[in-house]
Amino acid sequence: MTVTRPNPVTPQLLAGFGVAVVFAAIVPHLVSDFTSFQFTQAMAYGIALLGLNILTGYNGQFSIGHSAFYAVGAYTAAILLYHFEWNHYATLPVAALVAFVVGFLFGLPALRLEGLYLALATFAFAVATPQLLKFDAFEHWTGGVQGLFVPKPEPLIEGLSADQSLYYVTLAVMVLLMAVAWCLLHSRSGRAMMAIRDNPIAASTMGINTALYKTTVFGISAMYTGIAGALSVFVTEFVAPDAFNFFLAVNLLIGSVVGGIVSIPGVIFGGLFLVFVPNFAQDISRAYPFVPPPWAIFGIFLILAIYFVPFGVWGAVERAFAWWKRKSAA
Amino acid sequence: MRTGKLLAAAAAAALLAGTAQAADMTGITDKTIKIGNTNPYSGPASVYSVIGKTISAYFEMVNEMGGVQGRQIDFISLDDGYSPPRTVEQVRKLVEQEQVALLFQTLGTPTNSAIHRYVNSKKVPHLFVATGASKWGQPNKYPWTMGFQPTYDVEGEIYAKYVLENVENPKVAILFQNDDYGKDYRDGFLHGLGDKADELVVSMLPYEVTDPTVDSQILKMQESGANVFFNITIPKFAAQAIRKSCEIGWKPVHLLNNVSSSVGATLTPAGLECSTGLITALYVKDPVDPQWRDDPGYKEWLGFMEKNLPDADMTDVNYAYGYNVSKLMHHVLDTCEDLSREGIMGCAANLKGVELPMIMPGITVNTSPDDFYPIQSEQLARFDGKRWVTFGDVIHAGSH
Repeated sequence: MTVTRPNPVTPQLLAGFGVAVVFAAIVPHLVSDFTSFQFTQAMAYGIALLGLNILTGYNGQFSIGHSAFYAVGAYTAAILLYHFEWNHYATLPVAALVAFVVGFLFGLPALRLEGLYLALATFAFAVATPQLLKFDAFEHWTGGVQGLFVPKPEPLIEGLSADQSLYYVTLAVMVLLMAVAWCLLHSRSGRAMMAIRDNPIAASTMGINTALYKTTVFGISAMYTGIAGALSVFVTEFVAPDAFNFFLAVNLLIGSVVGGIVSIPGVIFGGLFLVFVPNFAQDISRAYPFVPPPWAIFGIFLILAIYFVPFGVWGAVERAFAWWKRKSAA
Repeated sequence: MRTGKLLAAAAAAALLAGTAQAADMTGITDKTIKIGNTNPYSGPASVYSVIGKTISAYFEMVNEMGGVQGRQIDFISLDDGYSPPRTVEQVRKLVEQEQVALLFQTLGTPTNSAIHRYVNSKKVPHLFVATGASKWGQPNKYPWTMGFQPTYDVEGEIYAKYVLENVENPKVAILFQNDDYGKDYRDGFLHGLGDKADELVVSMLPYEVTDPTVDSQILKMQESGANVFFNITIPKFAAQAIRKSCEIGWKPVHLLNNVSSSVGATLTPAGLECSTGLITALYVKDPVDPQWRDDPGYKEWLGFMEKNLPDADMTDVNYAYGYNVSKLMHHVLDTCEDLSREGIMGCAANLKGVELPMIMPGITVNTSPDDFYPIQSEQLARFDGKRWVTFGDVIHAGSH
């Protein structure tokens, strides 16, 4: 018996995607370099969140240690730039590969760990990372506590500022990685990943090699986050161990949930939330002396987000769209 | 004739525009001066946030009294959580969006490292940064960045000078924390000993900040026969080292780095009796030290604190630090004739003998276009079982 599935590439999807890309391409010409820089940061976070969504949202494995993979990508790029003077963009595939290998290897013991235990193991990795980066034996390479300086990439096209150019590169990488993730999740492998998430026993009875899938997904997730880390180095022009502490790991989880953990486009909103909400919280805290301190305001925003859009921003968009469709059909 | 006049006027206008362009007046108007700052109001280093609060309170007071040269100070202090990428973002916001005239007292070594090149490429004065690392005084490479406090290596040199002048036949043991802070101190000390360093140092041992104790290092140092002990440790390990050497009866000339000179945090846990005779170098007046009770500088600081920060913990030396550095910034702006970015940088690089209220008597701020290290002197003090008692002259280490 053959089953025919509806083609997932709908005209609405293509149209929405096209509009979003065109809009994103205009943005740097409407805003200042500084704002472009903030959007670039948000997109880099978005790519990391995509990695986390693939792992947690679509495969049901928990990680509160993705800051470590972010650091792996960041330091791979920084070391190649600083010690070997590579071209910036040539470091991206290497950072991706290194992060994939580290993630895959980390995923191996993860097979024996489920749920909370896996989360704790990743937590340990996140906590250890900044200290390992300061460790003497690696200091020659990592620069120790002081970190490493790397220059921003030169503009690719004449007439663009360095910030605008980097914005476009990051946008291109993000769009590519989103497309790859979309194809992956709509393939046989994607359905297997979700089957493992929903019912691992049933999935293995169906003949899915859960062990191989889980480790590979861990690797892919780490790879996405590693690429994001490498891009973040281009943006901030500096790496130091203190940038990759546990707080970053928690932030990534927050961004993922706020954007919508079972979604691809949601990561954009997650990234924007991580960059702009702390700033916004600080601005209002500074403007009005009677309001609570910035992180308390951030907390309030977070609670509001979870209360009003429990499935994340993209979850809410999808539900609104479904409601509209039902209504117009009736 | 008429065209001639017009041309002349146009030329004059162009000339004016030309001079206006030459001086970068970003952030400075007839009414305000915008100053940017980052401080760790959240995160692991938030104990230092009192410095940011002190500076804010100080400039509020200045504004109430009419400002600086008729201009109000708009002091914008943002939280970076001691996270370098966050510092980059906040500093870009200050420079590009807020358009501040200068950055002042941005806090932390990794955080300032992250923005070092950026602020210099943007030609924004980056003044009196709050870190003890030695890299902030490189006017040739980074002409827009200047430090403030004595650097760790300067302090190391001061101890070396003391040893060479006062200890007969010195044999030195050095215990240091194995990171940039420890190595800065160690290298300054070795540099101060000069050519004889190799001969004089009989034992040099590191410890890791993750180690449980430094007991074994102390035992090895005693065996080495050293009669001078330079103790480069943070409070927890300093207390252990003092206690252990006391227990085993090793009584060298014990030099304790300023980082751990707090009576409450180091000497009390180590035991005040064991701590008696320790030597350290100081440059800030400790607010809890009774010898300053009647000192005019201390009284000025106390008056400021009681009026503007009445709820503060008066024993916290960081309030004194914040007051000193605010006072210095105020002095620079108040006396500077050319209030442009270049002008302010020039004034900061030409300070001669500036006294600050909560700095030890005899220690002054001095800079020049080749010397971006404002404070390079410290005063030695010996612990008498209750408090630090200063002795000898102010020691200046000017190798930079």
